[in-house]
Amino acid sequence: MEKERIPQDPSALDKFTREVCYVTDADGKYTTGLSRGWEVKAGALDVAWKDIEQKIAVARERVAKGEASPLLFFMELRLMDTGILAAYTGFWQWQIKRHMKPAVFNKLSEKKLQRYAEAFNISIRELQTMEVHEG
Amino acid sequence: MKVEFEHLQAAHCENGVTTNLLRTIGVRQMTEPMVFGMGSGLFYIYIPLMKINGGPAIAFRTQPGLIFKRTCKALGIPVVRKKFSSKQEAEKFLVECLNAGRPVGCQVGVYYLSYFPKEYRFHFNAHNLIVYGREEDRYLVSDPVMETVTSLSAYELERVRFAKGALAPRGQVYYPSAAREVTDDQIRKAIVSGVKRNVRDMLYIPGNFAGVSGIAYTGRKIKKWRDKLGLQKAGLYLAQLVRMQEEIGTGGGGFRYIYGAFLQQAHAFHPNDALLDISAKFTQAGDRWRQAAVQAAGIYKGRLSSQADFDTMGDYLIEIAAIEREAFRALSNIKWHA
Repeated sequence: MEKERIPQDPSALDKFTREVCYVTDADGKYTTGLSRGWEVKAGALDVAWKDIEQKIAVARERVAKGEASPLLFFMELRLMDTGILAAYTGFWQWQIKRHMKPAVFNKLSEKKLQRYAEAFNISIRELQTMEVHEG
Repeated sequence: MKVEFEHLQAAHCENGVTTNLLRTIGVRQMTEPMVFGMGSGLFYIYIPLMKINGGPAIAFRTQPGLIFKRTCKALGIPVVRKKFSSKQEAEKFLVECLNAGRPVGCQVGVYYLSYFPKEYRFHFNAHNLIVYGREEDRYLVSDPVMETVTSLSAYELERVRFAKGALAPRGQVYYPSAAREVTDDQIRKAIVSGVKRNVRDMLYIPGNFAGVSGIAYTGRKIKKWRDKLGLQKAGLYLAQLVRMQEEIGTGGGGFRYIYGAFLQQAHAFHPNDALLDISAKFTQAGDRWRQAAVQAAGIYKGRLSSQADFDTMGDYLIEIAAIEREAFRALSNIKWHA
């Protein structure tokens, strides 16, 4: 890529930094330049986030229907799978899968709920009601 | 306390941390491309049965940690790398290093990295940064992908150092443990060993998944994605490919441009003009990767949707595999005079 062709499209990086790109000058010699972003990859990131939002919406609905406990919703919201949640909480993955059943979840002790709340960075009340207020 | 430290921005975090840490011990000839080349950073792998965030597991660079390790080893510089089971021990060790005037590299997770924009905060645990001081409750941080230095509170730093999940950093710190003078002769040898190892990784790993044959394999798979996955999921997969290839840290074109820059800089130590020609091949490969990304974007943005569009996309990768195969063969045929 030639230096003058570095894309400067608005992106999520705007609030953060510009990134280094390796580019060639008129003589074909390598140099670096800074980029604000590129719409091609901003589009790719959008696709990933739309997919996540869709998964969150599906999870919310499943909890409302009584098919899953709020754990499913918060796992999607925090981009976690059972492996990551197990690592943060110290539960086994099979325990987490059990706790994803509403009947089991509703009987969890305060102490166990607290472990989940910490992993999701929320309060126990928020964990139970799924009403999260984040800035 | 604050350690003498100069922040240089880099495209990739591990290259940047390695370059900047080496400079702190007086090895000032290092640049990001040199570190990347000596560490044999260029790679490609597609693991079909593994999923990352629901998409294909694809990497354009070598395994995290290897670039630092290989580069220091090639230059004869001893390194220290420590993991911790206790958060208190991890912080204590960090403070001791800073008290001794030594900036250290830390492996961290980005999910809770507060200065990153939310859109970039996935559970990715192989990010690298340098801690170079502490002022009151805040650690001074040089994150090589950032234009300027930043800082994290003790709690924030602890949280990212003890992120959980795949590649959990477990408080990992690393640094070159002794200053050594690096001669031009050592650099010459490090370039040769870095290139040879990269030739091996890209041309001679058995099977379909790794190296240039992995690129062609992905190209052939992509042609089947439309029927096999449906348009929406195929779009998601292609978006993941583009993110791995172009996101912050790659220098553009799936690290191929950084490698092209490395070969030009290597020419200063090994004045063999073949290196310049091969560098141009990597520039060409990087340009093709970016054209492929534009094609992929056409698909995931819904502008392109026919089987012919997927065939074009797959053919880009098959063509790239041929370019890179030729480039690495040429590299393996170079007669080095070291």
